[in-house]
Amino acid sequence: MNARARRGVFLVGAVGVFGYLMWGVAGLNGFGHHTQTALRYANGVVAAASPLRHASNAVTTVVMDVRGVDTAGEELLLLAAIVGMLMVLRKADDEEIVPARLEAPDRVGTGRSRATSVVAVSVAAAVGVLGLYIVAHGQLTPGGGFQGGVVLAAPSILLLIGARHETFERFHYGLAWEIVQAIAVTAFLGVGVAGLIEGRGFLANIVGPGSLGTVYSAGTIALLNVIAGPAVATAVVLAALQIYHQMIEIRRER
Amino acid sequence: MIDHLPYVLAAWLLLVGLYGVATSRHFVHLVVSLSIAQASTYVLLLEVGYVQGGSAPIFKDVPSATRVVDPVVQALVLTDLVISVAVSGLLLAFIVQSHKRTNTTDPTAPQPLAG
Repeated sequence: MNARARRGVFLVGAVGVFGYLMWGVAGLNGFGHHTQTALRYANGVVAAASPLRHASNAVTTVVMDVRGVDTAGEELLLLAAIVGMLMVLRKADDEEIVPARLEAPDRVGTGRSRATSVVAVSVAAAVGVLGLYIVAHGQLTPGGGFQGGVVLAAPSILLLIGARHETFERFHYGLAWEIVQAIAVTAFLGVGVAGLIEGRGFLANIVGPGSLGTVYSAGTIALLNVIAGPAVATAVVLAALQIYHQMIEIRRER
Repeated sequence: MIDHLPYVLAAWLLLVGLYGVATSRHFVHLVVSLSIAQASTYVLLLEVGYVQGGSAPIFKDVPSATRVVDPVVQALVLTDLVISVAVSGLLLAFIVQSHKRTNTTDPTAPQPLAG
């Protein structure tokens, strides 16, 4: 099918889908206006978050407490995606590993501007601290394990684009990151099972709520944030590491 | 009708993203287009949860009776984002391998069916 025919077929379908979506939109309440019935669940969460759980962030309360089961699934989904990436990008039988130190004519250029290096390497440590802060304060202010975990992974990416490949490799021995990933995912499920052992259900908030407004509050919400942070960070780093291996080190045998 | 205009934005984003997928000439462009189509769900979810005059559902230094927007849909957006990242990562990994094997990044190019 040529490009013009492809576009034509798409536009016919798009007009239909758009009409269908507009039909649905017409049945919605106006933007920002809701009946109390529609907000029933939201009101329940808001009533539970701060007074009962001592978590001032209602969003994290949903993610880590009220719908913790979904988040456990999300955690496993992330693990599955990373395992899939590692498998797809692994060294094939007809490929060989060329150490990054050796110069090869077909290697991706390693040249980068000095400004990139200086900025990337100098902010790396500070970004790591910011990630820890976002993870630890997830129950209080906007943030949490998933958001902070991505920030925690950023120093690795900054080293990859800013530092020499030898420096990057020194901090990125793949197995260490895989072990942390495994421990973090197991710990997440372990907290869930601990709720079962306690007799209150999977991922129930079994730790006391602590004092409102401090880092030591919200019970398992804070605990699960601290566990999800490294889990997400190692997932992102492992993905970057495997792409790095694929682009820099793995070559077709000739 | 003006009350429903924000929802039309989500529909428009979905269709623009799908248009990019349908007419793409590069696999990376295709994945970015798919991300845009997925972004329509974030926009729609956040719009559905908006409450007139509501502030963020964070009760740090504000009384718990404050009128806030729906925190449930915001949590859904977080899940949505993680799924989007996972799917994009996996697709990009496939693109790297596909480029290495077939030497093309054009989705419309005929692909050899070699194992």
